[in-house]
Amino acid sequence: MAVSTPSRNVVLMSVFRGDADGGELVNYRVPIREGMVVLDAVLWVQANMAPDLAVRWNCKAAKCGSCSAEINGFPRLMCKSPVAEYGEEFTVRPMRTFPIIRDLVTDVSWNYEVNKKIPPFTPSAEDAADPEPWRMQQEDVDRITEFRKCIECFLCQDVCHVLRNHDRKDAFFGPRFMIRTASLEMHPKDALDRRPLMKGEGGVGMCNITKCCTEVCPEHIHITDNAIIPLKERVADLYFDPLRAIGRRLRGKK
Amino acid sequence: MATAPAASSHEPLPGTVQNPYSALPNWFYPANVVFWLGLFVVYAAVVVLVERTGRYGPYLSPFFSPEINLRVGGFLIPPAIWVAWAPLAFRLTCYYYRKAYFRSFLWHPRSCAVNEPKRATYRGETRFWIFNNLHRYAFYAIFIQTLFLWYDVIAGLLQHQQLGAVLGFGNLLMLVNVLALSGYTYGCHAFRHLAGGGVDCFSCSRVRFALWRGVTVLNVRHDRWAWVSMFTVWGTDVYIRLLVHGVIPHAAWN
Amino acid sequence: MTPENTDTDVLVIGAGGAGMRGAIAAAQAGRRVTVVCKSLLGKAHTVMAEGGAAAALANVAGLDSWEAHFADTMKGGKLINNWRMAELHAKESPERILELERWGAVFDRTEDGLIHQRPFGAHTYPRLAHIGDRTGLELIRSLQDALVHTPGVEVHMEVTVVRLLLAAGRVVGALAYARADGRQIVYSARAVLLATGGAGRIYRVTSNSWECTGDGTMLAYEAGARLRDCEMVQFHPTGMVWPPGVRGILVTEGVRGEGGVLRNKDGERFMERYDHERMELSSRDVVARAINSEVAAGRGSPHGGAFLDITHRSPDFIKRKLPSMYEQFLKLAKVDITKEPMEVAPTIHYYMGGVDVEAETGATTVPGLYAAGEVASGLHGANRLGGNSLSDLLVFGKRAGDAAAEFAGRQGKPRRIDKAQVEAATEFLMAPLTRPHGESPYKLQSELQEVCTQHAPIIRDEPSLREGLEKVLALKERAAEMGTGGATTRAFNPGWHSALDLHSMLINAEALFRSAIERKESRGAHARSDFPKLDPKWAQLNLMVQKGKNGEMTVTATENQPIPYELTEVITQSFQKYTPEEHE
Repeated sequence: MAVSTPSRNVVLMSVFRGDADGGELVNYRVPIREGMVVLDAVLWVQANMAPDLAVRWNCKAAKCGSCSAEINGFPRLMCKSPVAEYGEEFTVRPMRTFPIIRDLVTDVSWNYEVNKKIPPFTPSAEDAADPEPWRMQQEDVDRITEFRKCIECFLCQDVCHVLRNHDRKDAFFGPRFMIRTASLEMHPKDALDRRPLMKGEGGVGMCNITKCCTEVCPEHIHITDNAIIPLKERVADLYFDPLRAIGRRLRGKK
Repeated sequence: MATAPAASSHEPLPGTVQNPYSALPNWFYPANVVFWLGLFVVYAAVVVLVERTGRYGPYLSPFFSPEINLRVGGFLIPPAIWVAWAPLAFRLTCYYYRKAYFRSFLWHPRSCAVNEPKRATYRGETRFWIFNNLHRYAFYAIFIQTLFLWYDVIAGLLQHQQLGAVLGFGNLLMLVNVLALSGYTYGCHAFRHLAGGGVDCFSCSRVRFALWRGVTVLNVRHDRWAWVSMFTVWGTDVYIRLLVHGVIPHAAWN
Repeated sequence: MTPENTDTDVLVIGAGGAGMRGAIAAAQAGRRVTVVCKSLLGKAHTVMAEGGAAAALANVAGLDSWEAHFADTMKGGKLINNWRMAELHAKESPERILELERWGAVFDRTEDGLIHQRPFGAHTYPRLAHIGDRTGLELIRSLQDALVHTPGVEVHMEVTVVRLLLAAGRVVGALAYARADGRQIVYSARAVLLATGGAGRIYRVTSNSWECTGDGTMLAYEAGARLRDCEMVQFHPTGMVWPPGVRGILVTEGVRGEGGVLRNKDGERFMERYDHERMELSSRDVVARAINSEVAAGRGSPHGGAFLDITHRSPDFIKRKLPSMYEQFLKLAKVDITKEPMEVAPTIHYYMGGVDVEAETGATTVPGLYAAGEVASGLHGANRLGGNSLSDLLVFGKRAGDAAAEFAGRQGKPRRIDKAQVEAATEFLMAPLTRPHGESPYKLQSELQEVCTQHAPIIRDEPSLREGLEKVLALKERAAEMGTGGATTRAFNPGWHSALDLHSMLINAEALFRSAIERKESRGAHARSDFPKLDPKWAQLNLMVQKGKNGEMTVTATENQPIPYELTEVITQSFQKYTPEEHE
């Protein structure tokens, strides 16, 4: 149960201060206490040194996914990053894939626009009309349960090089919305086919499976292995598999 | 809405960012991939193009199974040619190796959250690399080839007994190799999809669910299987090749 | 800067479970709906709910019925609930849960393939539909997706409402500001639905998120609406204790639901002495006071709490049923809950009190103003049962949304927004920016948290409550001259935001102290050392808070509606005991 007491009692935290027009890292000396996370340090600075330090946070318990930032350049939730992991000095910057609003706050509205483009859960007409409560087995829901753990922190969107380095927001929905789509596509009661969307505007083909999204996910969702690759395979079923195409033609489907 | 990431307009992306979840420096992975994969490709190319046989008594190198000796105008077409395309295609389009080579050789990206070389517009796997969608066909081929390898192992064991020896060191190597290759092959993402991943209602098809679960057990360590099986193929071939060229004596237990 | 104007039929303030469910209902009724929320969409405090949503589906215990659920809720609330709300809630929860499933929500299943239900404190039968220990997230994500795909709904994220606007005694709009750039927005609306949640942030140790500053209670109060049961604040028995950085973070009741036991430092299972019958699954007020008493008697854990132990369950079971608890303790406290006990202590969790509403419609005492969810009051009485909150959001979110839509449909052209009111509200909004070097809102907030923690704890008494009230009033005076901490920018300036939030928190705190002084008995979450007994006379009374003619806060005890005879029968009947089959 014991947590080791750190030997030092002050850390030097450099926080990005600025807006879309520019900014710089500002140094703050923060007294630390046991079990302190980076968000605690940022809020301490806000309460004691820089009252206008802009930061988004809500639950401070890694459940809401609001306090995403880049600590020493790596995308993380501030509430889940113990200060003790970073030694005497560290930097905190806003997510760089999204336009900055102020200090650590970025404009993540693009993600919400993307979400609107994914058709929502749609049961078959038969299931929708069924007056009895639906029956599904635990194994039917277990697989999508993993995707539904997503807290929308957008760290995967932030780290994804398609969005981060190549700025291809025009061609790729990003890992978050791959798992969103997977959670609908693999729902036993969902009747829609989102494969054309994934092949087209969703851009599942833009992913080259380098797995940084999986590395940063604070919920440890296997984004690449369990969502993106299965989606690629489903898209391949429809568009890249000549045998299946012939099979479909023989069976009279389109 | 393609928004220019404003936060990054002030300074370039860093060349290196330490992943806090990993104890290894971030050059370690790409450097290793380049070295070992590079070395193996060179070795394999020499074996395939130069060597004429993989047969030493009861042993058969995986590069040469099945044995096809076809002569055109008295010239023996290198027999490994008939074999090597399948593992080449399988590993080239493998979801794990894609990560390995995209990160290590193409630097897309070489590690998470770092700078990337700016070349032509990034198109992921939608243009040149689109052939990766045919991974399942490579799987079909390799699936058959694995059966040949199992045949070789059993035949090799039986032949040894005919020779009066119980077990040769090469038999062991071949067995370990085929186990590793099976672990790699049957944990394939495309196979996982074919086995049951494409099914939405697991409780509706129990057999495919059981199969999917089995494949998943292997699939979660697909990267390890990929490396281990590469080294067992390499090791097996080296051993048999040294025997073929008379460099080392045959070792067996009676 | 001239304020931006937006016209809508139904303005929904808050995008947690109740707000979103209400917005969907109103939009389905054909109204244009605008949802404003203080945070990003999907981050509302509902995501923190872990254990599940209570509904008498009777999937696990076939004996369960709406009557049993109703009786549990009333008994848990110590009979000062709005009985009609409890009745509607018990009857309609199953329907709302099944409806949510049809919108794509995913729950754990029974062997028959139905929604699984877990046992929870003071529920006679296993009743909580859940998915692992993150049911709130499931609820909010399902509603969020239904919401953004419902035609006629607009969502304005990171917008805070500071005042409601009235015309002829009716709510006709609101003044708000956008957090990102500080621009003002005047909403004109035909009906307003408040769904802003509670005010747990007025305490230092709380499971509540940043947002829970009681804005809705303040807005309703300022608009002249009546508040009710403000003394009833729930301490959740199990919050994290150590290390200090995580103090107060919730440890789900699901741990106890799945078999976790509480022990003191001597290893004694002390709940035996407090509630022999129900043990750890007693109601929250009882368990919280028990832990409090153990600590006071010197039998607490090293950091002033109790030990919660689930190690007798298999590691696999724990990781499957309580995944976020496992992760939370491993990551934040370096404790492996499959091997070691957790250290827990009570933490502020829920506001039973809030805006007084009509059971069927969620209508407040001000025409055009509706409220649902934690901001509304009545369903939970003196103590809320675990799991009743999530189903509350769905049942009364829908009802209030329907009623607001109906009301909005009856209004003709939008009323003219009164310029003077907008100006007064604007002045209030901008005031902190005009005196940046006034007192720091962070400092005042911290002092307020200290006052509430110290003077309105689990066990209260009159002298301390009176002292607390004096302190709150003194803080209120200082707050009138408060600044932003230094910066005058309107762009995402948290100093400014905190200053505005503090006004809401002060009103909530004042209502809490004033009501707590008045209720001279111990009932549910309100325990008084000077009046340690339940007083039957008070079972008929609810305390109502309202703004007086001269702007002063008034508290009046109002007789509640008598419970009809048939329902009294339901409450007093005894329900057959449920013995679960042990299986993992």
